[in-house]
Amino acid sequence: MENRSRFASLIGPPSLYLLLIFLLPMGVMFVYSFRAGIAGVAYDTFTLANYQSFLTNSHFHRLLWRSAGISFTISVISSLLAYPLAYYLVFKAGPNRVTLLTLLIIPAWTSYLLRVFAWKLILGSSGLLNSLLLSIGLIEVASPILIYSRGAVIVTLIYVWVPFVALPIFAALERIDKNLLEAAADLGCQPWEAFLRITLPLSFPGILAGLFFALIPTLGEFVTPLLVGGVSGSMYGNLIQDQFMRALNWPMGSVMSLAMLVAVLLLVFILTRLSSLTDLVRFS
Amino acid sequence: MRKCNLPSLGSIYFLVVCAVLYLPILLLIIFSFNNATALVFPLKGFTLQWYGTLFENRELLKAVGNSLMIGFGSSLVATIFGTMGAIAIVRFKLPGRNIFLAVAALPLVIPYVILGVSLLILFNEIGIRLSAFAAGLAHVIISIPYAMLVVASRLVGFPDNLEEAAMDLGASYWGALLRVTIPICSPALLAAFLLCFTISFDEYAIASFLVGTDATLPVYLFSQLRFPTRLPMVVALAAILMTVTMAVMLFTEWLRRVVQSPAKKG
Repeated sequence: MENRSRFASLIGPPSLYLLLIFLLPMGVMFVYSFRAGIAGVAYDTFTLANYQSFLTNSHFHRLLWRSAGISFTISVISSLLAYPLAYYLVFKAGPNRVTLLTLLIIPAWTSYLLRVFAWKLILGSSGLLNSLLLSIGLIEVASPILIYSRGAVIVTLIYVWVPFVALPIFAALERIDKNLLEAAADLGCQPWEAFLRITLPLSFPGILAGLFFALIPTLGEFVTPLLVGGVSGSMYGNLIQDQFMRALNWPMGSVMSLAMLVAVLLLVFILTRLSSLTDLVRFS
Repeated sequence: MRKCNLPSLGSIYFLVVCAVLYLPILLLIIFSFNNATALVFPLKGFTLQWYGTLFENRELLKAVGNSLMIGFGSSLVATIFGTMGAIAIVRFKLPGRNIFLAVAALPLVIPYVILGVSLLILFNEIGIRLSAFAAGLAHVIISIPYAMLVVASRLVGFPDNLEEAAMDLGASYWGALLRVTIPICSPALLAAFLLCFTISFDEYAIASFLVGTDATLPVYLFSQLRFPTRLPMVVALAAILMTVTMAVMLFTEWLRRVVQSPAKKG
């Protein structure tokens, strides 16, 4: 009984805060998604029209699929790039591996906005990459190599996410019992065979977590597309931002946000089903 | 053959990735000292004038003030709430624990654009003026899970019989928390605070919806990107910020190490 009241006093205040500043806004947004508008009579009119137009507007769907494609590409490439890093650290780097991992993570802790901004400067048509190539005579005329495209968004976000994707893969590889590999070698298994049949399958939860680590946050991305994406690189998050800041169609924006929320929660649900959540938080 | 080749290949790959990760940051720092308005090679000579312009810029100083204020406030509240939550979930296995943990951790996965717009609607609905303070309220939400994680990993590292001992010796439960648990956790609390501060100080997406006219530093920076003549100033600012955050994060990481090493030995 005593424990119960202590527990309640401890989680009470943070719970109340979460309720008011986190759950309540979600609820209000849900109500908003049924409104016909944000002022006057329209505000008090409740309708399903927003959902209807969301479901029938092909422009929305195109952007949604494009965003999903961009996010998926980023998470797959990030995982492919991060796996050898984590593998090197766990199996070849010896006792320094945690220090080296920290070395990898430090830049990822600096301002995300500024790192994206740095890439904008590097990739821009009058940017660093171009001027460097010009000054060493590799190219004759400055060309807009990558900026304002889907490619620029993908490159920049891979840069942002590789270190984070490496974390769960590192954790999964660390947990593998090294005796298994020795046993395989003793029994005549080739190194690549041992990798394919032991290391890779056992690190699968880490790969999966890494994929989701990049997939989930990039789905809602809107800042990077604003900075380096241009028109062809704009994502679903930009569409939501537009509804609130420019089009001022908040009910429509609410529907779009809810759709994304459902998609993200679904992904998280799948992830927690596939691998245990405690594994994920261990190293983050 | 394979045994000789793999290690060197791996370390080369690791070095290349590290170089790519640090290169953009290094470039910003180099160009912050470059004596030219355009950010192009070749370098034009050394100058400190861009750093000088920072201190004459009132809007910028005001934005820094706003960011420091909400960073400090939101991290303080998030660290307190995170600590309460961490003690509750580590020390008590009672019903409600899992649902609390799930709700508190949810902001880790919800896109910031959604958190931002939902609060924009709420504040508009109940008549809270958009301000740096409003953004700070949101920053508490995104910081709580990090604070909880850092403090909880410390709590797991030492047994709760220390609290029991204090209570046997006559301390009340809350007295034991304040005089035993909190002091033992203090490096973790500092680490949590610094981590939350970095999160808030850097946060743009949510703030962009909520700050109204009180631009925070990231919001101000973003607004300056449109003006090419302001670029050198932005770069100088970026160089300072990146250096400072790297130093703060290294310190935080070191704190966390210090905190966790006795637990590993025992």
